[in-house]
Amino acid sequence: MSTKSMDPIASVKPHFLPASAPETIAAPHRHHWLLDIFIQLVKTKPLGAFGGTLVLAMVIMALFAPLIAPHDPNQMHGMQTLVAPGGTYYFGTDALARDLFSRIVYGARVSLAVGLGAVCLSIFLATIIGVLSGYFGGMLDTVVQRFVDAIMSFPWLIIMLTVMSILGPGTGNVILALALAGFAGSSRVIRSAVLGIKHSEYVMAARSIGCKQAAVLLRHILPNVAAPILVLATLGLGNAILAEAALSFLGYGVPPPAPSWGRMLSGDGLDHMLRGPWLVIFPGLAISAAVFGFNMLGDALRDLLDPRLTGGARVNK
Amino acid sequence: MRRYITRRFLLLIPTLLLVSFLVFCIVRIIPGDAVTLMVAEMGFAEDEAELRAFLGLDQSLPRQYVTYMANAVRGDLGTSLWSGEPVMKEIMRRLPLTFRLALMALFWTVLMGIPLGVISALKQDTWLDYLLRSVSVGGLSIPSFWLATLLLVFGAIWFRWVPPLDFIPFREDPIASLSQLVAPSLILSVALSASIMRMTRTMMLEVMREDYIRTARAKGLSEWVVVVRHALANSLIPVMSIMGIQLAFLVGGTVIMESIFVLPGMGKYLLDAITWRDYPVIQGINLFICTSIILINLAIDLLYGFLDPRIRY
Repeated sequence: MSTKSMDPIASVKPHFLPASAPETIAAPHRHHWLLDIFIQLVKTKPLGAFGGTLVLAMVIMALFAPLIAPHDPNQMHGMQTLVAPGGTYYFGTDALARDLFSRIVYGARVSLAVGLGAVCLSIFLATIIGVLSGYFGGMLDTVVQRFVDAIMSFPWLIIMLTVMSILGPGTGNVILALALAGFAGSSRVIRSAVLGIKHSEYVMAARSIGCKQAAVLLRHILPNVAAPILVLATLGLGNAILAEAALSFLGYGVPPPAPSWGRMLSGDGLDHMLRGPWLVIFPGLAISAAVFGFNMLGDALRDLLDPRLTGGARVNK
Repeated sequence: MRRYITRRFLLLIPTLLLVSFLVFCIVRIIPGDAVTLMVAEMGFAEDEAELRAFLGLDQSLPRQYVTYMANAVRGDLGTSLWSGEPVMKEIMRRLPLTFRLALMALFWTVLMGIPLGVISALKQDTWLDYLLRSVSVGGLSIPSFWLATLLLVFGAIWFRWVPPLDFIPFREDPIASLSQLVAPSLILSVALSASIMRMTRTMMLEVMREDYIRTARAKGLSEWVVVVRHALANSLIPVMSIMGIQLAFLVGGTVIMESIFVLPGMGKYLLDAITWRDYPVIQGINLFICTSIILINLAIDLLYGFLDPRIRY
């Protein structure tokens, strides 16, 4: 049996269409679900699509840094210190005669790697805490939530600085510090999402047919809180990039010579900023564009995937 | 109401105990022996036993915690390893500056965030709304330390303006002292205004759909009265709650601003303590800041009942 004959749309021909018409409307075009989300994003949330484009540009920059960057990010070009932006050095050079454009391109790798690492760890911790606390409730929830309250009362920068002062410099420690500063707030959001669905009929049904707790959690609860988790991860990536930059700016981030955007703004960047303003303009623009992209994309994804969180319904006067 | 206040105060006790426990653990979770590190690398004392006794680390852990808490309750947060001054005294010396900086930032936040949020809600889905929303996400995305650096660079290049390196104490010249805080507080308020604007917009949109708004319009009240007295007044309660949550963010921001503008506040004190690994100071500031944030958030929660007669606990 041919595929065409199985298609319900193709088999029902409207009488007003010419004989050749069914070929053009025959089979509904099925895209990959990710492409569907992207098309919906472009149509309904153009700002979100713009954010997505910025994020995509950053990912491409990070993946293909050796192909995009004209120079090695740590290579010193003789006496060419503090050269203004131009044809040879698009964003100029720094006080050590390194090409700033190449450093910014490679910096995308550092920011994305640290951000992804921190968000994965933070969301992993937040999901375990949020799902267990929300689903089981009772004494466990009360105790865990008091811990979350306590951690949330620490200012994020102070948690990170304190953790870094204890653990010392290192990329892994930065990731850990960022994750520890962010997981408590995310666990609250996931917990409230679990509380919203744990009394749903399908969860009750799964329980009543004798599903084990682990199966209910993994097969029914977790997939249904995936949307807020995805939104949290997207917004969290922007925040993690911003926090890593702040930490590096204060001298506690990814150690040199890794080209971190935040560190480019401190140290040499600050010392020579009056003679070479480009040293502070371009790294700051890179951080802002990346964070703006993740924030816009996260906002749009939240509107598309979790309409309960938007709160921006149209007002009819 | 009284029952609610009692319950909130009772819940406060475990949270404060947990905060103090986490802060207490800070020094104890350093990989390796902190004391060896402090003697060998930083030269804090002649020998380890002396420093161990000074920090109270020669006692058992539960005893150390009880002593630490008993001292903290009496306002004794330990002694700085570098200056030898009590940490509480040092905090109290620096607190007024940080408090003024944070308060000024909150002032700008309310001044910019709330009106822009109202305008954005009233002009929903128009070009102005899109513009304001994009600007607000931009405000959340631009690092405050970058804005501060740009201000220093272009202030110096275009206007030959550089922030003074010496801080003028409030008692000497209040106007000059406060004017030194204008630039850092304005920069600090950019991200805060953006989040307050977004929250105000969302709450205004929710409230504008309510029946009492329609009733107010049907009574023939002017749009100004409907928006300000009926919609805005009812939208501001959750906005206030967000401001309480943003306090932790604000305190983090003051650390960066005090570092860039060389302001001798609590944030700069913490940063210096972290640089010099002055653990009693790090512990003391953490405990002080967290306790303050928890108490302020409790005060905001309790204020709800007084501000909104509909809320009954």
